[in-house]
Amino acid sequence: MRFITEFRSSELAAGLLSQIRLKSRIPARLMEFCGGHTATIFKYGIRQALPATLEMVSGPGCPVCVTANADIDKAIALSQLPGVIITTFGDMLRVPGSRLSLQEAKAGGADVRMVYSTMDALKIANENADKSIVFLGIGFETTAPTIAASILQAKEKGIGNYYVLSLNKLCPPAIRAILDSGEVRLNGLICPGHVSAVIGSHPWGAIAREYHIPCVISGFEPVDILQCVSMLVVQIEKGEARVEIAYRRGVRPEGNLEALKLMEMVFEPAPARWRGIGELPASGLKLRGEYQQFDAELAFDIVTEPACEPEGCICGDILRGTKVPQDCPLFASTCTPEHPVGPCMVSSEGSCSAHYLYGGSLAG
Amino acid sequence: MCLAIPALIKSIDGVEAEAEIGGISRRISLQLTPEARVGDYAIVHTGYAISIMDQEEAEETLKILREMASLAEEPG
Ligand code: SF4
Repeated sequence: MRFITEFRSSELAAGLLSQIRLKSRIPARLMEFCGGHTATIFKYGIRQALPATLEMVSGPGCPVCVTANADIDKAIALSQLPGVIITTFGDMLRVPGSRLSLQEAKAGGADVRMVYSTMDALKIANENADKSIVFLGIGFETTAPTIAASILQAKEKGIGNYYVLSLNKLCPPAIRAILDSGEVRLNGLICPGHVSAVIGSHPWGAIAREYHIPCVISGFEPVDILQCVSMLVVQIEKGEARVEIAYRRGVRPEGNLEALKLMEMVFEPAPARWRGIGELPASGLKLRGEYQQFDAELAFDIVTEPACEPEGCICGDILRGTKVPQDCPLFASTCTPEHPVGPCMVSSEGSCSAHYLYGGSLAG
Repeated sequence: MCLAIPALIKSIDGVEAEAEIGGISRRISLQLTPEARVGDYAIVHTGYAISIMDQEEAEETLKILREMASLAEEPG
């Protein structure tokens, strides 16, 4: 496939690896924020292929994993209301909440439907005028504009039975929280490619300056990641801290202005709860007053019991990069992708699932 | 979850388009990329084009990486 196979070329990867080996002298720890990057890094054995000077840690960049249990409980409570159809992206179904997962709620009779796009959710709303359709708005800046677009469409077409439970999150505040905490010493950031396709490079430029940390925006193929690492190494060796775009075919410095415009029209920043990190100010999105009628939070009386975390699960520490899945006593014993205890084992972009599927054995 | 794949835009019909992803035809929304044209590769996330692939930049990146790889092959 064009623009995919070229960036999986082993020849180009080998060239980049030899550059990295040649240049990397200063020991450095790099964090990939994005779960999509984690998946690529593990699938292609990139950690093992890098020289001993470079250590990689995974960050909290999986929207499913960072959704707080209290919010999953809310979605489940909504699914129990009469006449409500829950629509959601696939991964959310299997994430255990405090007591149930959405999948279990569905088995118990709730109407929960997996959709590929908010357009599908709108279609369901259109075809089921007597029901209330709630879309679970999970995702980062990549996804938020698509949710904004669906709300604008619902307004334009007068679809009055479509609601969004906005659990959207913004990436830069989470990275700042991790850097502020000082729990993990980091020397470079692999910044998310498709989040940046929307927000552009400037938010990372500010982080690079303020925290004096090199930030490079990467694509999702193995050659993209190696190119990004190589650019980070050059900055680290020179003592620089700038934002650079390795993923130039997909990301422009200004981002996607149209997507930002729609997002801004529909949403405003709000505090959000992150699993493992806690509540962060202005790190989430809520619907603006003009679009209140679509806000599931306001439209329904959502009653939940106090949330509790799955016993023994250390997803929170893993999301902050302070622990690795092997530190968890449940890893690969009680907790597997077939029977996940925590969200990091459910999502294909979660650290526990990446470690479980690809382990540490693949090389090159 | 932010995964998005390049899809070739085959035809445009208002804010929607017919796009080919790995040999499969899909209907996508161009609501976030009004600049899209037939023949562009759109980066598609959950049914929406979120960015139009800059093909020149892609070629330029590949050119630089190929040069680097050929240098790496030469001994010494
Ligand atoms: S292995 Fe399972 S229980 Fe342990 S941290 Fe990961 S998801 Fe949680």
